[in-house]
Amino acid sequence: MSLLIRGGHVIDPANGIDEVCDVLVENGRIAAIGDVSTADEVIDAAGCHVCPGLIDMHVHLREPGQEWKEDIESGSRAAVAGGVTTFCCMPNTEPRMDHAGIVLQVIERARQVGLCNVHPIAAVSRNLEGRELTEMRELARAGAVAFSDDGMPVWHAGVMRKALEYASSFGFLVIQHAEELELTSGGCINEGWVSTRLGVAGMPAEGEDAMIARDIMLTRRADARYHVAHISTAGAVELVRRARSEGLQVTAEAAPHHFAMTEEEVMHFNADAKMSPPLRTEEDRQAVIEGLRDGTIEVIATDHAPHHEDDKRCGLSCAAFGIVGLETMLPVSLELVSNNVLTMSGLIAKMTSNPARLLGLEGGTLSEGAVADICIFDAGKRWRLDRDRLFSRSKNTPWHGKEMTGQVTHTIKSGRVVFREGVIDG
Amino acid sequence: MKQFRHLFGIAGMSREQLEYLLNLGESFIDVSRRPIKKAPTLRGKTIINLFFENSTRTRTSFEIAGKRLSADVINISASTSATKKGESLLDTGQTLAAMQPHVLVIRHSIAGTCEFLAEYLDNTSIVNAGDGAHEHPTQILTDLLTLRLAGGYENKVITIVGDIAHSRVARSHLHAARLMGYRVRLVAPKTLLPAEVERYGCEISHDFDAAIPGSDVLYMLRVQTERLTDNCSFPSIREYHEAYGLNRRRLAAAGDDCLVMHPGPMNRGVEIATDVADSASACILEQVEHGVAIRMAVLTALCGEAGGEA
Repeated sequence: MSLLIRGGHVIDPANGIDEVCDVLVENGRIAAIGDVSTADEVIDAAGCHVCPGLIDMHVHLREPGQEWKEDIESGSRAAVAGGVTTFCCMPNTEPRMDHAGIVLQVIERARQVGLCNVHPIAAVSRNLEGRELTEMRELARAGAVAFSDDGMPVWHAGVMRKALEYASSFGFLVIQHAEELELTSGGCINEGWVSTRLGVAGMPAEGEDAMIARDIMLTRRADARYHVAHISTAGAVELVRRARSEGLQVTAEAAPHHFAMTEEEVMHFNADAKMSPPLRTEEDRQAVIEGLRDGTIEVIATDHAPHHEDDKRCGLSCAAFGIVGLETMLPVSLELVSNNVLTMSGLIAKMTSNPARLLGLEGGTLSEGAVADICIFDAGKRWRLDRDRLFSRSKNTPWHGKEMTGQVTHTIKSGRVVFREGVIDG
Repeated sequence: MKQFRHLFGIAGMSREQLEYLLNLGESFIDVSRRPIKKAPTLRGKTIINLFFENSTRTRTSFEIAGKRLSADVINISASTSATKKGESLLDTGQTLAAMQPHVLVIRHSIAGTCEFLAEYLDNTSIVNAGDGAHEHPTQILTDLLTLRLAGGYENKVITIVGDIAHSRVARSHLHAARLMGYRVRLVAPKTLLPAEVERYGCEISHDFDAAIPGSDVLYMLRVQTERLTDNCSFPSIREYHEAYGLNRRRLAAAGDDCLVMHPGPMNRGVEIATDVADSASACILEQVEHGVAIRMAVLTALCGEAGGEA
């Protein structure tokens, strides 16, 4: 069985390919890039871009525990609809992914669903309580690709120090949800003009900055690998920039909402624009964009956080934190190309080869012989987002009703077309 | 005449709308002073006061306002804890709205409750009787009516003292000041000021004594003593009173023409000394009286009746 993707603009950052050509897939792997005459099946990709299947290293599946919000199948469907063929899921399931059994269960369920590669990120601390470390070696053997207590910070400095020291002894990456809870407690949106106008408690930027500053010091001492999840403030971007210029193994990811939106989005109590860290100021947004441009931020990841409408329809300060993002990741991020922040190749790298390298994953390239995980998208296609048409089980998106530019047309997983023109196969 | 669908807050209202309500409110003052305190304006109208937070004066004020205009008034006190988890707030709102009241008057500790419920309730007008630290529009209308009858508010300086961070009254005044042409001076330590509050275009001081000269009104906010000490906003009530309490000495420095206002309920000896609260400069009880008239005006405007027929 062979598949020919004909005439698309192929972007393969890992191999420096950025040109119109054909991609031939045979037996689930990339067989050739260049001029190919024919195959069993042909997809006409003229006018579209063809890139490695996207990798989203920050997704909350709600299975096990909260399957009414999202399960591995619905999350996988949302992923492929967004061009994502590989994603990492965070450990704040119920029970938590803090022992190997849950990691194995999630991997097995994802394999049964068969739409995506799903790589668990296991907990740093038992039950995400920030007190005792998990058995990281055991978890890694089970398939965990990194460690995080995401949703919660590893709050106590002493525990974080030990986590970084222990993890780095074995080369593991620690991902921090940076939030100094003493400063953010009770807050529901960014602390600033909007929180003042609305009369709600805010979460100051310093809550993020202070923890990252501390963590960088600990990372330096431990000679560890430290990754900042969903970076959102100007101060945090500058801290990461300085740490990197010093040669520390510090990396960061940005979520599309943090470079596409500001706190103004919440000005009318819009609970679907409430997440943690919150939407920040225009200055912060520009700083995140600059961090993406200059390479301080290597990865774009969604922090896809499905919530049932019951958890959102209760007033801003009571609403759950988080928005879904898998299906809007690519179109929202394409704004970085149309605004000349990044080249197309530079953008795609942040959603393919960069996270693959960071996490030691196969994939993220169209190299000959690589597994054929491919995303085809029409970068100029304009469409209006309707939350009721999302594949995710949850509909908590701030982009409802908004015009998007750029749409995934096909997603190919191991040579199989799993998403085609709005329809999922499988 | 201008019709009102809802009253969420001062933000988003026009000067004309505020003046309309003030005029209407002024015309209603007399109803409460008559031997027979009843007018037929809202006969056949149903008003539900839905209070999720404790309140005596605001709830009573709305109740009396509705009853003096012959509306059928129902009071509901819902405990916030039972309804904190959202959906039941929505369910409560929808259930009451299904009984077809004309107006739902709502107080809730969550900012934005009225806007939130209004999205789901079609045929009911909603009045915000205080939502978290967001807005308290009828209090501001009450204050403006009181000032109007005491000589006007235009170009006056209203110095608001106390816990600005948690005050819906302060926020609503900051919006109203721009619309109605008065100035607001905020006095508080930084621990009780919200972020970027200067963007309202107000003056800010941490020194009460320095802020007194030039003030036409000293507007004292109620201090919630548990809030003050629980989160380290202030070390003690004693020190608070010393730094930000309105006492005889400060009142004298303000001069005879300076008015003292308070949205109530007062903590005597904390933000305001007893002799000041009972002094001739205080118009705190006038505020209460005018509160009824303003709420009569608001209910009338929302029920679609124009004019002050009474």
